[in-house]
Amino acid sequence: MIHAENLTKRFGELTAVDNVSLDVEEGEIFGFLGPNGAGKTTTVRMLSGLISKSSGTAVVAGCEVGKEADALRLRSQIGILPENVGLYEGSNAYQNLEYFGQLYRMDPSTLRRNIERLLRSMDLWDKRDAPVETFSKGMKQKLAIARALVHDPILLFLDEPTANLDPEAAKMVRDTILALRREKRTIFLNTHNLDEAQRVCDRVGILRTRLLTIGSPRDLEAGLVGRRTVVRLDRATESLAAAVRQRLGARRVEISGDRLAIEVEDPDRENPEIVAALVAAGGRIRELSQPSASLEEVYLKLIHEGEPAS
Amino acid sequence: MRLSQAWTVARHDMRLLRQRRGILAGLIAFPVGVGLGFPALVGLVLLPRGGPDPRTWAPMFIDAFAFWFVIGAASLPTSIASYSIIGEKVSKSLEPLLSTPTTDGEILLGKALAALLPTLLAGWSGALVFQAAMDLATVGPFGYLYYPNWQMAVELFVAMPVVALMAIEASVVISSRVSDVRTAQQYAGLIFVPMIFIYVAAEITFPLNTTNLAYLAGVFGLVALALYWVSLKAFRREEILTRWK
Ligand SMILES: Nc1ncnc2c1ncn2[C@@H]1O[C@H](COP(=O)(O)OP(=O)(O)OP(=O)(O)O)[C@@H](O)[C@H]1O
Ligand SMILES: [Mg+2]
Repeated sequence: MIHAENLTKRFGELTAVDNVSLDVEEGEIFGFLGPNGAGKTTTVRMLSGLISKSSGTAVVAGCEVGKEADALRLRSQIGILPENVGLYEGSNAYQNLEYFGQLYRMDPSTLRRNIERLLRSMDLWDKRDAPVETFSKGMKQKLAIARALVHDPILLFLDEPTANLDPEAAKMVRDTILALRREKRTIFLNTHNLDEAQRVCDRVGILRTRLLTIGSPRDLEAGLVGRRTVVRLDRATESLAAAVRQRLGARRVEISGDRLAIEVEDPDRENPEIVAALVAAGGRIRELSQPSASLEEVYLKLIHEGEPAS
Repeated sequence: MRLSQAWTVARHDMRLLRQRRGILAGLIAFPVGVGLGFPALVGLVLLPRGGPDPRTWAPMFIDAFAFWFVIGAASLPTSIASYSIIGEKVSKSLEPLLSTPTTDGEILLGKALAALLPTLLAGWSGALVFQAAMDLATVGPFGYLYYPNWQMAVELFVAMPVVALMAIEASVVISSRVSDVRTAQQYAGLIFVPMIFIYVAAEITFPLNTTNLAYLAGVFGLVALALYWVSLKAFRREEILTRWK
């Protein structure tokens, strides 16, 4: 659905997006994570043909991005929820959707049906005649999502759909996204909310000008931060730590309270060694566990290193 | 360029116009004021003064007064056009608008129409009142109906639209450079200056007959065309999205 190669955007001296290559499959929810100023919005604007790219190529929904002849076709196939919802505040909910449906040149009866279906699914049907300025932030956000969907796009770009929302409104919006997933729409989701990415995305990419990594949240958690084995003992002592270090060969072993946290490479091979070493050194093991890093840890690590992890 | 797409934009912007009380008030007050004010001035003040045959001097004044419809066409649409562009800037609705399959030319034409049509509607209805009231005031002393005449036709159907378009295009160019309506209107107000100049000249020496009006319309038409071209250049999606903060 999206195929981008070496996508780059420069604003004068500043490189906002640097050689980003990624693929998003049909029906997938792809999360694009990154701190403020990482280039998420810029990437979405490039992919949706709103701004030009400095270099690289991208094919989105079968249209070549940047090709004048494909521009209108590209825009008619995708839906965008921009960072700022940009609704017409003085108009009512229905009119906001109707205007966009007309701009997408929908026939009036399909448009009417779609508006009703969307407003109902967003719980806004009863408010359809109320001016948007009377809406709460969460309601506006939902209306803007409905607007992005009014023409039945095959691909949806959502730029931080839950930013600035209170937890309840954010959940409302997140549920909406999950409902869209059931409709098998392809969604490109910009966010800096890791929890959200973890909950709704099939795959995530982490961006900081360059694409630092890409994969399913589970793979990222498992693969990228060094794995650890945590052993809870009667008493965790320096001599037990030394015994493990000796057995495994210069590994990082940390003591915290009654636990030893041991960096491991291949738990299946090393965990029995650890147990053996501890038992031999007189340690009494109560529990052994393999906590995985959270996506948050992966994210923070990558962002701070700023370098792609291999 | 799909006219239907531009028309969708125009219809929407004209609907938004109904929420702008200040602009609406101007659109109503102007034609009523000019349409009744000047005939009253002629009928109640100028003609009763007597003197030489009014047919020798009054038409010059009447023609100059009629020029106010052209002046109105230069000023009424600037606030509408500024609002319809800067309003979208302020509400940040340009990004979603630009992401629909609508070209820049269609958006600009739609916005121009949304400013032009209400202006013409207001100007033309005011002109109907003006002509009727002026005839009423002058038919006695003149002994014939002054209106309708060709001059007014040229004024209403050539000069007014052309001048309005020129003012609209100027507003569009200005609006894509500044970010508040007040500033935009102040600059666009400069169009007023040559108009007043022509008006004063008309009162003194420059007869606003059909030929002269046609010349003026031609000049303004060229200016409008040049400004349309500039507006297309000034309205660059990329800058709008990334700089219009
Ligand atoms: N028109 C512009 N001119 C110069 N720099 C720009 C322009 N637009 C964006 N940038 C810069 O490009 C970088 C990426 O911005 P972008 O808005 O894409 O980041 P983002 O990941 O969406 O951030 P956020 O999470 O804050 O929305 C930033 O450093 C920003 O200042
Ligand atoms: Mg952003």
